[in-house]
Amino acid sequence: MSDSTSSHAAHEGGHDHHDIAAHVRTYIVVFLALLVGTVITVGMYYVHFDSMAVTIAIALFIASIKAFLVAGYFMHLLSEKKVIYSMLGITVVFFFALGVLTLWSTSDLPKNSEMKALYVP
Amino acid sequence: MEIPYTYKPRPDTGLYNAKVGIWLFLASEIMLFGALFSSYILLRVQAPEGEWPQVAMAWPHGLLNIPIGTFNTAVLITSSVTVVLAWAALKMNQFAKFRVCMVITLVCAFGFLGIKSYEYNEKFTHYELRLKDGHAYTGHIEVNGKHAGFWDFGAIYNLERLTKESVKELSFTADPEKPKPGEKHGAETSHEHKRMTVKVDEIQKLDAFILRNHNFFAIYFVITALHGLHVLGGALVLGYFAFPGASMWKKNPEQFTNRIEVAGLFWHFVDLVWIFLFPVVYLL
Repeated sequence: MSDSTSSHAAHEGGHDHHDIAAHVRTYIVVFLALLVGTVITVGMYYVHFDSMAVTIAIALFIASIKAFLVAGYFMHLLSEKKVIYSMLGITVVFFFALGVLTLWSTSDLPKNSEMKALYVP
Repeated sequence: MEIPYTYKPRPDTGLYNAKVGIWLFLASEIMLFGALFSSYILLRVQAPEGEWPQVAMAWPHGLLNIPIGTFNTAVLITSSVTVVLAWAALKMNQFAKFRVCMVITLVCAFGFLGIKSYEYNEKFTHYELRLKDGHAYTGHIEVNGKHAGFWDFGAIYNLERLTKESVKELSFTADPEKPKPGEKHGAETSHEHKRMTVKVDEIQKLDAFILRNHNFFAIYFVITALHGLHVLGGALVLGYFAFPGASMWKKNPEQFTNRIEVAGLFWHFVDLVWIFLFPVVYLL
């Protein structure tokens, strides 16, 4: 199928070609930024930090920036309708509630030192 | 009867229905992966401190192949941009370009799965060995002169199976000792692959890097396999739209373009999960 056979595809009220061409440039820039982000993430692994908390914070910070780029631009979340935002807002609340409840449950579990004693090979 | 709002926006939401549908589905997916990530954190904070395998249930570090994982991340990111470019091509009436982008996406998707299978096989053939004298190693085994290939054995060896097959001894090639955190490579650590013959009577535990062996492998395989199934499912849907399903482009181009957008949203979500999964299981 060639481009000409589908020329009847009109896009009323949507983006015109010029708009989309600008989007395409954004997608390419975001793609390159994601690749750079990946290189930085891996690069940080080889830099040694004494604190595990710092290492985790940096890794999650870079991952969050990459996630923002994918969600914001590739998934068009920066220019989405209100109903989607409300749905995702509720999801975010439940997502963190789930994480917090799970971590809270650690207080019920045996301590590290007790875990060794429980280990049966 | 015609299905309403396949491309015209519904007045109350301002969106075509499939878009609301896919976001509701993705919300449920966020909770699914969220539960697994929470489980990962829980298992990890509970693990005893120390170096694995010397400390039995300590959290292992650096077991996964980082260069391969990095490459696979790049593959998935590439497939994510090509799927959005495919959608943009349809918006600009460029069907040929759309198809090229979709084919690249599919190649990346199956490339990702191929590389992941290779990584899985490496883990299935890698063993933890604990001796009764307290020594613990990781490495590769040979039983009855056969190398530890998963496909050669047809299964994975553990102590039970060795006993059942009346194997008296096996050959074990230990991994070189890992440099301690912060230590420069080659300082005082041995880089040799120590080869030894181990009597089965001396073994306390022998098992491959599989789910039953360790909490790390359990959560690693569950999350990455679930993610892999998403990649496979997404690839099948995108493959359908790229070829047989593309006939809709002639009949109803706007609905078809929206289908690509919706399938693309799922695909980006799969990429999004990997963006967190990669540093969490490979690097931290």
